[in-house]
Order: sequence, then structure tokens, then C-alpha cells
Amino acid sequence: MNIADYKNVYVFAEQREGKIQNVALELLGKARDLADALNEKVCAVLLGSGIKDLAATLIAHGADEVLLVDDPSLDVYTTEPYAQAIKAVVDAKKPGILLLGATTIGRDLGPRLAARMQTGLTADCTELDIEAETRHLMMTRPAFGGNLLATIMCTDHRPQMSTVRPGVMMAKPADAARKGTVEDFKVNFDRSKFRVKVEKVVKEQKNLVDITAAKVLVSGGRGVGSAEGFKKLEALAQVLGGEVSSSRAMVDAGVTEHARQVGQTGKTVRPDLYFALGISGAIQHLAGMEGADLIIAVNKDKFAPIFEVADMGIVGDLHKIVPALTAALKK
Amino acid sequence: MKIIVCIKQVPDTTEIKLDPVTGTLIRDGVPSIMNPDDKGGLEYALQLKDQYGAEVTVITMGPPQADDILREAMAMGADRAILLTDRKFAGADTLATSKALAGALKELEYDLIIAGRQAIDGDTAQVGPEIAEWLDLPQISYVEGLEYDGKKTLTVRKQTEEGYQVCKVDTPCLLTVLASANKARYMTVGGICDAYGKEVEVWTADKIKVDPSELGLSGSPTKVKKSFTKGAKAAGKVFEVDEKEAVELIINKLKEKYII
Repeated sequence: MNIADYKNVYVFAEQREGKIQNVALELLGKARDLADALNEKVCAVLLGSGIKDLAATLIAHGADEVLLVDDPSLDVYTTEPYAQAIKAVVDAKKPGILLLGATTIGRDLGPRLAARMQTGLTADCTELDIEAETRHLMMTRPAFGGNLLATIMCTDHRPQMSTVRPGVMMAKPADAARKGTVEDFKVNFDRSKFRVKVEKVVKEQKNLVDITAAKVLVSGGRGVGSAEGFKKLEALAQVLGGEVSSSRAMVDAGVTEHARQVGQTGKTVRPDLYFALGISGAIQHLAGMEGADLIIAVNKDKFAPIFEVADMGIVGDLHKIVPALTAALKK
Repeated sequence: MKIIVCIKQVPDTTEIKLDPVTGTLIRDGVPSIMNPDDKGGLEYALQLKDQYGAEVTVITMGPPQADDILREAMAMGADRAILLTDRKFAGADTLATSKALAGALKELEYDLIIAGRQAIDGDTAQVGPEIAEWLDLPQISYVEGLEYDGKKTLTVRKQTEEGYQVCKVDTPCLLTVLASANKARYMTVGGICDAYGKEVEVWTADKIKVDPSELGLSGSPTKVKKSFTKGAKAAGKVFEVDEKEAVELIINKLKEKYII
């Protein structure tokens, strides 16, 4: 492999049911910075069925080129049709960098592709930069829940692949005046390899909440205790126009659902205000919320690690403080 | 039916704490456990053994002490255990790890390969799908429910952001499983006794047909350039006050930041 042949920054523009996922726009924002540093182009790979209209959004958010693969087999995601389509694009276009969102789709597709292309894949990157002298991609990711960071490089293989979790990078504002091209890319699929059939797609209301979009999060942990305790948090979230979220302990206890979980195995959030109530602050949790602008923690244990990252800490009983605060805010 | 479950020994990261002064990790004395998602996968395999008499093999790649989790798996009910261990595997990234494991799996018979979705020490979720690619198997990841028709077809519930999907796939195939999908059984006393009577097969790099240049550090396209601890954010002030004062402090802070 002559790595000098591999150029441009490619983004897997994940769409579901004809809706571009925010993470794809966030990746385009980062790809724009990387491509500008390399003096190369940003290319979005858009896969689906009947999704041509989405290309304009990708251009407005930073893509110079959109490679469109439109095929009925790409309507609902399964691994193999998507892997074949992107492999065909990579073989033809030779990208230097390929970024995917660390969604259930990206985390399924990324490693399958990395193996097929015999290249490296760095998961859940929080920073991506170009090393000036070598023009290689520097991929920084947290280890052990975020306190230890490792910068990883893939110097001898292409494309350099990373996944990035939703909410980590910032999308650039849409610019309707941006110009870009759209290429209808044809793939010769080997349909005999399509061996997984999706029989049913079920949406659950509880999974539709998006805590990553909330400006205010009222988050509860083990100290909240029960569903009864969680109601106090919901009342506070309501007066602040925010959402409730939780640590893993509350999800494991069945008090709230996984879609509201903040942390390494949940979501990464960066709200304006994050209330950490009865959350001790395991590093897995801190990894998901320390980007919040203002963190206010209430905990009975004055040695709780959450106080290490909080802007304001209150040692006290959340079951008294939260209702009192809610009442005061209502006035 | 022959099932192989890929498992990994990991530090119990929920036990890892931060040194409040230096901000570094305190890893001393942290116990090693079977990775939770892998244990969930093993539980499914054992359920299929209970229902259909499936034969369950567990395999791990790791240092010699990873023997512990293989014995635990046998005490839970696995029939056979293989420890893939060799200095030549050291320093492997996910690609080189998956190559070695796939190499070992090629020496075995299987209808179904199960792996955990991800390991809690790395969280990459990559090794399962990479193995599927090397073995040319269809994959379904994020599995949280599983039914087998007793012949050839698996009906799988796959977790998604919006809810779930119901998928069908024929064996042979590879699934990656969530720990939350089921409740793993405990080891039985008899099982523990049996597990220490049974043999764990130890395989080295010579046993698998993979070019040594594709193993370990030399077979790893990604390399750690540097690792560093994130400078601990300056902690804010902590108040020990009654709730009336606490409410006042919080409201003043919210006003100061223009949130209310």
C-alpha cells in the first residue's frame, strides 16, 4: 500500500428513516477542520434508499462531495450491504481518513469494515488532529473511563478510521450558500452475502428521549433510591425546562431507562447545567458529563468523587434540598 | 449444535478509583473478572445447552492467569475451555486480537459464535465483528434476546437507539451480546469441583495457522503514540450547610450563570 495515494477525509453520513443523524453533522464539522489542515476535501458517504434529497444538508454542513449509494438493500441498516457499499467506495476513491459515528450502527459497521480493509480503527475518539510533520491522524480516546487518555496513530495503513460518539464534536452551522458535488455511486453488490433479515423494527417511546440535546439535565444516582425519589428530580427538571438523566446505578435498578443513562456505557452530554444528585461519581459516569458548563452536585458523602469535578458541591440530603429548590424556583 | 463463546478477563473497572491528589488511576488491588457482556453471552449459550443439548466451548486470549475465567465458565456449565496464550500475542490491538482468535476458531467446529458486545476495559466493541469478517460469518451485534428453532434459524432481538429490531439469521453466524440481556447463572458447588478437575487446553501461536507478522504488536495497525492523564479540573467549592442555605447558594449560582 502506498499511503501517499490515499487522500481526503470521508464521513459516513448516517441516516435512519431518511433523517441525517446529528453525529454525522458533528463529524462533518471535525472533518472540515482536518481537511483544511491537510488542504484536502471532505466527502460524505450517504447510503440508503430514496435519500438523494439529504445531500444538500451534508454540503451545507461542510461536505465538498457527497457520494450517494441508493439501493433498496440499504433502506434499513444491516451490516453486509453497508459494508459492501463503503468498501466499494474506499477501493475506488482511496480515502486517507474515514470517520463514523459511534452509534449502534457505526460500532457494528466500523470493525467489519476495518477487518475487510485490513486497517486500524480507533473507537470513541474525543479528539482528532493532524500531526503537522507527518500528516497522520492523531486519534485521542479515553481509557478506563476518561481520566487516562491515549493518542493512537495508524501510520502504515489506510484509511485511518475512527468512531466518535454523538455529542462529542461540534457541528458547524449550516451554510446554504456552500457549493458541493453529488455523485451517484454504483455498487455491484454480492447479494448472496446478505444473510441477516430484519423482520420488525420497533420503536419504544422511552428510547426516544434525547438527553444529549437538553440544556439542563437533572441527574440522579444511587442516592435517589427509588422511583419515588426520582419523581422529585422530574419536578425540578420541569421547572428548569430540562430533562432527567441518571447514572448507571439507577438504570440497573430499573428506576429509569438506558436512554437516560449518562456515562461511558450511556451517553456523553454537555449541557449548560448538570445537577448530579446522589451520584458518587464513578469515573465511568464522569467521562460522560464532565464537559457540562456548570456542574452542581448534592451528595451526603463529603468524600464523594463527584465533588472533584463539580463547580459547586453541597453536602446534604437531596431528598430535602431538591423539593425545597423546586419550590423556591416556582416562586 | 456447537457453540463457542469468546470471553475476556478484565479488571473490574467499577472498582477503579482516582487518586484525589494526582488525578491518576489507582489500579492496585483491583480484582479481575469475566467481562460482563461475555458472561451474558455465555448465559445464552448455556440456555441453548439446557434446551437443545448444545455443546459449549469457551475460549479466551490472554495471560496464563486468564485460566480463572475459563474455570468459572466451566463451573457455570461450559463443556470445554481453551486458553490462547503466547508472548507473540502481546501488544495486539483489536485487529491483531481478532486475527488470533479467528485463527483458533478455524481449528474448531461451530454453528454459533457468541462474543460480548464490548469489554469494560477497552469499550471498543470491535473484536466480535472483526472475527465475523475473518470467518465470513453474518453478524448481529447488540443482541438482547435470542430464540432458536432447534434446526438452523435464530430469531434475535437487537437493541437500537430507538428501541429494537427483530432479525433472523441462519447458523453459522456470530452474535455479540449485552450483559443486560439476561441474568447470568451462578456457579454451582458441583460445577466448581468439576471445573477444577477438568483440563483447560492451552494453545500457543504454533497451534493456529496465522502468519506471525499478523499477530501481536507487529500485526497491529494502530499503535499508542502516548498516553497521559487529563489534568484534573479545579474542583469548585463544597458547602456543608442546611437546606435553606443550600437552596440560596444554588439559586445565586444559577442567576450568576444566567440560567434563571
